Amino acid sequence: MNAAATSPAAAPAPPPAAERLRHAARAFPTLFRVGLAEIVAYRAEFVVWILTTNMPLVMLAIWHAVAAEGPVGRFDQREFTAYYLGVLAVRLLTSTWVVWQMSMEIRDGTLSSRLLRPVHPVFAYAAQHLAGVPMRAIVVSPILAIMIAAAGDRLALHDPALMGIFAASLMGAWLLIFFTMVLVGALAFFVESAVAVFELWLAVHAVFSGYLIPLEALPSWIGRTAAVLPLRFMLGFPVEVLIGLMAPAAALRQLAVQWGYVLVLFACAMLVWRAGVRRFAAFGG
Amino acid sequence: MIEVETLTKTYRVHKRAPGVAAALRSVLRRHYDEVKAVDGLSFRIEGGERVGFLGPNGAGKTTTLKVLAGLLHPTSGAARVGGFVPHTRDPRFLKMITLVMGQKQQLLWDLPPSETYAMNRAIYDVPRAEADATVASLVELLEIGDLVNKPTRQLSLGERMKCELVAALLHKPRVLFLDEPTIGLDVAMQAKMREFVRGYNERTGATVLLTSHYMDDVVALCPRVVVIDHGRLIYDGDLKELVRRVRPDKRVTIRLAQPAAPEALERLGTIVSADGVQVILSVPGARLAGVVRDALAALPVVDLTVEDPPLEEVMQELFRGVPKQPRADARVPA
Repeated sequence: MNAAATSPAAAPAPPPAAERLRHAARAFPTLFRVGLAEIVAYRAEFVVWILTTNMPLVMLAIWHAVAAEGPVGRFDQREFTAYYLGVLAVRLLTSTWVVWQMSMEIRDGTLSSRLLRPVHPVFAYAAQHLAGVPMRAIVVSPILAIMIAAAGDRLALHDPALMGIFAASLMGAWLLIFFTMVLVGALAFFVESAVAVFELWLAVHAVFSGYLIPLEALPSWIGRTAAVLPLRFMLGFPVEVLIGLMAPAAALRQLAVQWGYVLVLFACAMLVWRAGVRRFAAFGG
Repeated sequence: MIEVETLTKTYRVHKRAPGVAAALRSVLRRHYDEVKAVDGLSFRIEGGERVGFLGPNGAGKTTTLKVLAGLLHPTSGAARVGGFVPHTRDPRFLKMITLVMGQKQQLLWDLPPSETYAMNRAIYDVPRAEADATVASLVELLEIGDLVNKPTRQLSLGERMKCELVAALLHKPRVLFLDEPTIGLDVAMQAKMREFVRGYNERTGATVLLTSHYMDDVVALCPRVVVIDHGRLIYDGDLKELVRRVRPDKRVTIRLAQPAAPEALERLGTIVSADGVQVILSVPGARLAGVVRDALAALPVVDLTVEDPPLEEVMQELFRGVPKQPRADARVPA
């Protein structure tokens, strides 16, 4: 019998983080391209998914009718039009379905094939889901055109500083939502109902992000609560910048807070991920 | 290349009785069992070896492979592959290995395999020219030229498995973990896969650790076997020696010009099967020479072959099972 006779030697030191990042950056264009090819393959499903995001239009119809009697705070009819079309556009551009994907892959063990590859699975998920953004942008283009036609004078299009902040806040919103989804998706390592946790999160998000109603039209305690939560930075904040509700200096300060939240959620998501991978049983895979 | 030292892996498994009452009780209070899948396992495999990893269902083979591939964290003990601790999943380690699971696949389901190859080329950081050459050579060896541009979902199981192998080997791994790689394939395809794996090992010097319920795979590929049961090592060594140790008898297959009397056959050895002119006898190894001589002298022999007993029977005996029906295939050549 050949038994292990000697103690294994010490393992090599891990490669520098910079080298890992360079490797991931080199892989990104191909991961993105393959992600795009998958979206094209699932185009019908993709379009149906997008069409399910219709709540802002329902809310627009309601608030448009309410504002016919007179403005609600700063919001008149055109302001509501700009706001809800902005919500629809930002929501479409920043949504991902990674929580469902992770939950399924963890439970059925197909996560194994991702773990076997020398690129971090969260990075691969990010590249795959970012690939959906160009397709989403095509859908969002007519919404933006309608927005400009309906309330172009209210938008921050004339202010390059605000548009720069909007672009950065859009990116921040995408990352916040993505890392939140990774965090909740990684709960599938520990519980059987991570998606149910996400459904609960969605309900809270709908109120505190400004998805259903502009935060300043809500009771002040909700506004104060929303100010300290990251949810507003996932949706309401970029929309407020886009439709010119914020001055550049205030928007810049808020942008810093948003990116601070991005770092916090990134750290939390990775902590839960790392703890979860230790428990991964790879059943079925 | 592979070192495993007193490796243990325990799963915590939620258990509940069937029925609504048990389901409701489990909402309030969950009952977990600890299942020890691998229990103090130690072995060592040198670079370039082809080793069969055998054991009954639930013996811990797949769990061990998953630990060695870095998918599972061991509960205790140590594992090293190429000097790396697998569960740290160092990118250099992941570039060195591949895990092929016959029942799972890494190919992108709705895209052609060529897209998976492009993705793996980028992920494994293989220079484009080198990856193209590797894919071209593997595609030619496996004869799948027409398939790589068809969506994976439209391929048959055998075709998918071949395409899967290309994806698994594109980065030229030095260690192959193969978990039931021929499951569900027809006999011709199984033979082709074995031939391919053996060729890859001989060409590249890669280490191969294989689990399979098809003993033909093991006989054809693995001079050495590691046998485990209940997560513990019960044999590690030469396959032929295992057969000799567990079943020292030989199988003598005789083709006769005309049927012989059963008494004449029983004098030679235990009759395993007698089908007219085709007779299979079980004979103690020490008596083999005499039995062959007597058979040639006393019977109208057209053809006579001597083989070890089928590996299935050897394994059943090793696990203290009684063979249900002797088989005349999957033999270790004498």
